[in-house]
Amino acid sequence: MADKPGMAVHKFASCDGCQLAFLNLGEDLLTLSQAVDIVHFAEAGPVNPEAAVDIAFIEGSISTPEDLERLLRIRANTRYLITLGACATAGGLQALRNFADADEWVASIYPEPGYIQSLATSTPIARHVKVDLEIWGCPVTGRQVLAAVSALLSGVSPWIEKDKVCMECKRHQTVCVMVTRGIPCMGPVTRTGCGALCPSFGRDCYACYGPAENPNTGSLARRLEGLGLVPEAVARRFRFITAGATEFAEAGAYRGDLSHD
Amino acid sequence: MTEPRHIPITLPVLARVEGEGTLELRVHDGEIEDLRLRIFEPPRMFEKLLEGRDYSEVPDMVARICGICPVAYQMSAVHALESLFGVRPTEWIRAMRRVMYCGEWIQSHSLHIHMLAAPDFLGFPGMVEMAQRHPDEVRRGLMLQALGNDLIRLLGARSVHPVGVRVGGFYRAPKQGEIDSLLEELRAALPQAEALVRWTASLGFPEDEQQFTCVALRHPDEYPMNEGRLVSTQGLDIPADLFEKHFVEHQVPHSTALHCLHDGKPYLVGPLARLNLNMDRLPGHVRDVVDGLRLGFPSRNMHHSIVARAIEIMIAVHEAIRLLESYREPHSPNINLRPVAGVGAGCTEAPRGILWQRYEIDAAGKVRRARIVPPTSQNQARIEDDLRQSLRCFGTDRREEELRHHGERVIRNYDPCISCATHFLDLRINRSASG
Repeated sequence: MADKPGMAVHKFASCDGCQLAFLNLGEDLLTLSQAVDIVHFAEAGPVNPEAAVDIAFIEGSISTPEDLERLLRIRANTRYLITLGACATAGGLQALRNFADADEWVASIYPEPGYIQSLATSTPIARHVKVDLEIWGCPVTGRQVLAAVSALLSGVSPWIEKDKVCMECKRHQTVCVMVTRGIPCMGPVTRTGCGALCPSFGRDCYACYGPAENPNTGSLARRLEGLGLVPEAVARRFRFITAGATEFAEAGAYRGDLSHD
Repeated sequence: MTEPRHIPITLPVLARVEGEGTLELRVHDGEIEDLRLRIFEPPRMFEKLLEGRDYSEVPDMVARICGICPVAYQMSAVHALESLFGVRPTEWIRAMRRVMYCGEWIQSHSLHIHMLAAPDFLGFPGMVEMAQRHPDEVRRGLMLQALGNDLIRLLGARSVHPVGVRVGGFYRAPKQGEIDSLLEELRAALPQAEALVRWTASLGFPEDEQQFTCVALRHPDEYPMNEGRLVSTQGLDIPADLFEKHFVEHQVPHSTALHCLHDGKPYLVGPLARLNLNMDRLPGHVRDVVDGLRLGFPSRNMHHSIVARAIEIMIAVHEAIRLLESYREPHSPNINLRPVAGVGAGCTEAPRGILWQRYEIDAAGKVRRARIVPPTSQNQARIEDDLRQSLRCFGTDRREEELRHHGERVIRNYDPCISCATHFLDLRINRSASG
């Protein structure tokens, strides 16, 4: 069937966890392979990185000069480009290096740093090429990727979650860990889509799905300080899995609420 | 003097490995002069990312090293930190960690067997094509993979980067009802896991006996996962915190994964090494099944790794049933602890072999220094050794396509998780001839 849409899954600096959103689909993976022609997905088998496709999924962040060249070729060869997960969408946990001296880091891990070619930064895909759809999450879920593929196959715009984790907790009737137990939770500023798993396990959300729409980070930072976190600990809460997202990178510069009223 | 004739060849990305790498071969007059497995992971520098973070953040961070074995990273980390703080987990915590690890072994091994390795043995490009001819086997594999994920979810809420693990135990204890429904699934899966062992054993294997040293954990009475001494087939027997005295990592120019050597030599970690060193720790019923196979374990044939993985799936299903049958909801799913300054190490059996971590913590509970030695960097020197021997036996004058396919099969036996260490596997052959 030559007229099936072509799909590719590419990988950059990442943990492979978002590709598992496909590989953990079970029977649905076989169904998906009927609906689209999976032309490149090295971990699953097909290898054809240069083929022209309709949908290219990208996992991982850009951190070497070769990565950047490869990314430009992928963009030129695809109709829709979709980023999968925190690394591709915000630079990932490894974007923490953007706040440090990366050369010094390489030198302290590798005895011969000259062999290691690495950019000083880990950056999201959208910093370099046009991205048609960003799927947030660390990791993304099978539900998210299937919804995106189904929407594109049906010719409609994919639905993207922008709500806060708090909203999902309310819908699940999960008792608020911050209000009832004083646990410093990131739910009020974090995008949902995960299922509000952490509060349902009695712990704090740690913002692995990135910033929600219109997050009031300043207000949450003051609240966290009110719960007893020192300013440096408040800053670390924002500088975590999605430290490279603009709203969190800014909030991560938090140095305390100087205007106590 | 004659000019050597060089024919550089680049072949596409190696398929069906977790991550990417390149195989470079230099062949002169039919002899392998140089062979390099370039595992190229854009360096993510996790050990540095951890510096300055609070100890309590470590389990959520190290999970991100590998989406396929996040539980292993969390387990080695919490053991290292708890030993540093001088606390011992309760029996309940110990049992639940083992259950969670069973889930990861089942999930990771099922994925590897069905999506990555079995297509080699049966001559298919991938699982999707294999499913046309072997639908029942593929379905069984997908069912087991899902079961492994369910077990991780029981304690971690999700199977990739689970959120339930903390230093000192778990955030939440499962309810009895959740245990009961999983037990039903597990009991139904046990005969399926046994059938999987028999199926993998019937696949047909190249004759390829090699000499190599196996290294694994060994526990006084269990098949090893979270605890044990480090032992080898050469007589090593040490507590895991002495790892650095006997195992040394060094950098090679062609890889971002550091090579690790044991007393200066390559060694094997992973399912086959574990099984070879722990045959007498197999649960009774599993032992009977293994004894009934025509293959002889312990084995020196790396192609038997796929069977070792299936056997470990059966062990894990059996163990999860045993542990969950005596489940009781605890008073608390975690123990109290107070951070103290010091250094602590932890070693557990990731699906791909021993995963060693060491942390130095300051008095405020922050990470001063971290060191992580993943299984793939330990296996890398052994993989190169194996490739040299296997490709010589296979014949270096064969077509590139054949060489690549055989090389891929050899590499896949190790299930290299290239994200852990490493990414890009294409083959570059440089052939030359005198005259």
